[in-house]
Amino acid sequence: MADNRAFYNEILLDHNMHPAHKHELPDADMEMRGYNPTCGDDITMKLKVENGVVMDGAFVGSGCAISQASADMMLDLVIGKPKEEALRLADIFLRMIKGEAGEEEIDELEEAGVLKDVSHMPARVKCAVLGWHTLEQMLNKKE
Amino acid sequence: MLNEKELLAQDYKKDFPLLAQLDVAYLDNAATAQRPLSVVEAERNFYLRHNANPLRGLYQLAMEATDAYEDARVAVQKFINAKSEQEIVFTRNTTESLNLVAYSYGLSHLQAGDEIVLSIMEHHSNMLPWRMVAAQTGAVVKYLECGADGSISEAAMEQIITPKTKIVAMAQVSNVLGCLNPIEKAIELAHKAGAVAVIDAAQSAPHMAVDVQKLDADFLAFSGHKMYGPMGIGVLYGKKELLEAMPPFLYGGEMISWVNRETQEYAPLPHKFEAGTVNAAGAAGLHAAIDYINSVGYEAMEAREAALTKLAFAAMQKIEGVHIIGSPKWEEHKGIITFTIDGVHPHDIAAIFDADGVNIRAGNHCAQPLLDYLCTGATARMSLAFYNSVEDVERFINSLQTIRERMGYGR
Repeated sequence: MADNRAFYNEILLDHNMHPAHKHELPDADMEMRGYNPTCGDDITMKLKVENGVVMDGAFVGSGCAISQASADMMLDLVIGKPKEEALRLADIFLRMIKGEAGEEEIDELEEAGVLKDVSHMPARVKCAVLGWHTLEQMLNKKE
Repeated sequence: MLNEKELLAQDYKKDFPLLAQLDVAYLDNAATAQRPLSVVEAERNFYLRHNANPLRGLYQLAMEATDAYEDARVAVQKFINAKSEQEIVFTRNTTESLNLVAYSYGLSHLQAGDEIVLSIMEHHSNMLPWRMVAAQTGAVVKYLECGADGSISEAAMEQIITPKTKIVAMAQVSNVLGCLNPIEKAIELAHKAGAVAVIDAAQSAPHMAVDVQKLDADFLAFSGHKMYGPMGIGVLYGKKELLEAMPPFLYGGEMISWVNRETQEYAPLPHKFEAGTVNAAGAAGLHAAIDYINSVGYEAMEAREAALTKLAFAAMQKIEGVHIIGSPKWEEHKGIITFTIDGVHPHDIAAIFDADGVNIRAGNHCAQPLLDYLCTGATARMSLAFYNSVEDVERFINSLQTIRERMGYGR
């Protein structure tokens, strides 16, 4: 992990310190808690889904910089997108963390692509995927 | 005895091949220590020259294997000043030792309404076995609370230890706060109440002399791997009369005198508690670790660890946003300094240290109830051993000073 200075980059730090989507969402119609016992990351994801489109989303809770920034970047990406598109992007993200996604696919993740180096950091994988796994479970639940 | 300056100038890392080769500041000694070459060689030597199944074979090699194993037991007996080598049971580690006491002594001696007193700072391994005993027998677990500095008052102990108490379980040194607990008093009060005292010495044995007779401990457990010995070998000390009255923990080979279709007689102590093929190479390694500790001497080890703790402590207190958990006095941290940094999650702290070649621990340190009680949540922990150097501490401090800035604060 010698390039760790590069890993904790401006984009990640900014999403950690000033998360745009970390707040309550009173009109949410879905809510799910995600917990990572390794780090103690504990978030609750909240979504408002209408006609199969993620109209709004937010999260509350606490955790390490990777978990918080990852959840925030994810919401930036999926808000306004159809459910299927959000699930497709989540799939790309989860494959990226396993080191199995192509460069072009990673580009589709926009800022969340900065987390691709987590694929070389086994201790932090659970932190990075926490928000995404929670989203995936939520969207797959409501048919 | 060397003075502080001479002591800090000593190079102990030359005895530890990993530390001599790797460019890291290894400050996770409370999790596991490094091993000197002599320990690795002792294990190797067992397999290369004396390997056979100990305790049973009737040929030369098997007798050598038995000797290596039993010599290690005598070394442990002397190391903790037990009355008899029959009071030394080899296990895998502290956790197994404590489970042995809980399953064997706890389940056979406790009943509904009895009380088990645990300090709130116990490692999960001296807490969960007792909660199992409580769940199975109807006994009640009572937590002995400490101050924010880790201190346990005599008054609190006197109040909680009563004639209903059957077990008092306490760590000699906390793996989170690094404080030295008043176990002598706890043992005395336990005995007055008719209870037995179970001492977790996992974090004390690597750093200070432990004398079970002086302490009058009933049971005392520690691990080889935290005291520069191999992983997979641990010790349970138990008073002979207690061990004798206890049923076996594990059943099988090498723990019996004879077996027929209906009945059996268990082997005498300590083999009654050592079912199956034992870790003789590990025991030989532990023997070498004890010899190594004796060659350096606890006095020198403690003095050097104290000097390094003092250095780290003073520097940490000056860094903005860094908070030390536990006592504000460096003297009350036996080589363990647990801390938080404002706004930076401990796992991010550990990752940044890692990038700088500094190895520390982050998380709950297997003592979640304590951290809940102190309301800190996850924390970071640096833990020293005598072989750490002034350079290791400086490297830690230099890195620590940059962490908040690297996480985006004050830019």
